[in-house]
This record gives sequence, C-alpha cells and structure tokens, in this order.
Amino acid sequence: MKLSSEVLKKMVKSIAMTRPDEISCDECFEQLDQFAEQVLEGKPAAEAMPLVEDHLNRCIDCHEEFEALLEAMKSLN
Amino acid sequence: MMVKSANWRTNEEWLADLRGVDQEGALADLRDILTRGLRYALVNRVPYNQLDELVEDSVQDALVKILQKLDSFRGESRLTTWAQKIAVREALTELRRQRWKDIKLEDLMPEEGSGDFTPAILTDPGASPESEALRNSMVEIVQRLIMEELTDRQREAMLAVMVGGMPLEEVARRMNTNRNSLYKLMHDARQRLRRRLAGEGLSPEEVLAVFD
Repeated sequence: MKLSSEVLKKMVKSIAMTRPDEISCDECFEQLDQFAEQVLEGKPAAEAMPLVEDHLNRCIDCHEEFEALLEAMKSLN
Repeated sequence: MMVKSANWRTNEEWLADLRGVDQEGALADLRDILTRGLRYALVNRVPYNQLDELVEDSVQDALVKILQKLDSFRGESRLTTWAQKIAVREALTELRRQRWKDIKLEDLMPEEGSGDFTPAILTDPGASPESEALRNSMVEIVQRLIMEELTDRQREAMLAVMVGGMPLEEVARRMNTNRNSLYKLMHDARQRLRRRLAGEGLSPEEVLAVFD
C-alpha cells in the first residue's frame, strides 16, 4: 500500500488535532439540540459546550446533521 | 394548511399530550412540524422528485423513535428541537445509504504497492534536494507507523474516511459496527499514532512543517 503525501498530510493533521477528551458521536448527538438552540439564539455555544464544538469540527456526519438541524429549526421560527 | 407554531405547546404540554389521551392530535402536530423542518433542511440536498418520499418516510420512522425515547428527553431544549434532531438523523442516514450504496470499501483503498516501498513524494520543482530527502524520510516514517501501529480495521476505517471521503455511518455499516464505535476506533488510532510519533522523537507539527 502506498499513500500519497496529501493523504499522509491529512492524517498527520488529524493526529495533531487529537485530544484525549474527545466526545463520541452519541455523546455529541445527546447535546446537539441544546447546542443548536444556543447557536440560533446567538449565545456562545462553542464556549459553553466546547467538546460538542470540537466533535462537530472533526466528524463529517455529525457536522452535516448539525447544519441540517439548524436549517430545519430556522423554518420553524 | 397552516402549521401550528413549534412553540404552540410547552415541553410539559407536549409530553402530557404525547403520553395522554390527545396523543393522536399531538402526533399529528409534531408530524407537521417535523415535515416542514425536514423539507426545508433537505430541499437543497435531495433531487426534488425524491424529496417528498424521503421526508415522509423519515418523519414516520422518527415519530416511532420519538415515542420510544420520550422518557429519555431531558428537557434541555425545546421538545420540538429534540424531535427534529431525531428526524434529521433518520433522513441523512437514509440519504447516505442511498448515495453510497454501490461503493465498496475496497474501492476506496489506495492501490496495493508492488512490495517495494516507494515514497510518494510531492513533485515540487522548487524543492531543494535536501528538503526533498527530508520529505521522503518523513513520508517513510509516517507510512511505517501507520502500517505497524494500527490494526487492519483502524487502517481501513481511517483510509475510507480520509481518502475516500465516505461518511462514518457508511464505513461503519460495511465494517459491521456502528458510527459511535467507529469514531472511537479512529480516535484510538489517532492517539496511537501520536504516541508512536512521539516515540520517534517527532511531533505532528514538526512533520507537517516539512510538507509546508
């Protein structure tokens, strides 16, 4: 198996960002509704819930769901 | 038909109605709210002729789960937001399944080498021989650590997500696990590599500096 420099760079970047206290997708999902409401209300959600923010910056699936949830909520307000 | 506002009931009223004699009415209201939200969230993500079916099926499946999980609602958000997040996950899970259904994990793996290790260097005409040699040796180290330190499953998962861009949910389905466990598997992989790099006297930042 041969990896390109681009792939290796991507992997090393993800290693550089790694922290021991990351939360998992389930833990993020648990708090996603609260986090999304804070974001829409203009409150400092990232400061109040930094591990949720951190997970959303790493996980494409959870990030996509967060974005879609925000859009859905906007239609209800 | 006018959809009632999501704030029409308080959380307590939603819970009472969803558990009580007015369950049918509350479910119908919740269905309208979730349908409107999901249509709005998905309209730019799904071909228009598939939107209605995806929304309808996802809301139906979500309502079943919402009733099952009602006791776990902790009241830290509006109930409608909590319900909407469940509906969003249903819909996006189905959307990912449809989009990736014909792709196998093997399709996303880098080609097998011939056995001889040839570092894939950046072709940078401006690079000096020294910096090119340094890059080569870095590529070689990182590649060796990935091969030595990670389990086959960890390597497969990381490559599928990082190289192939496959959603975790879909990688997990193919590896007979779930998204949460897959995230933990990849987190463990990243931590292992970080420790091994440190063991080689390198920080990730030093490695990245060589490529910049």
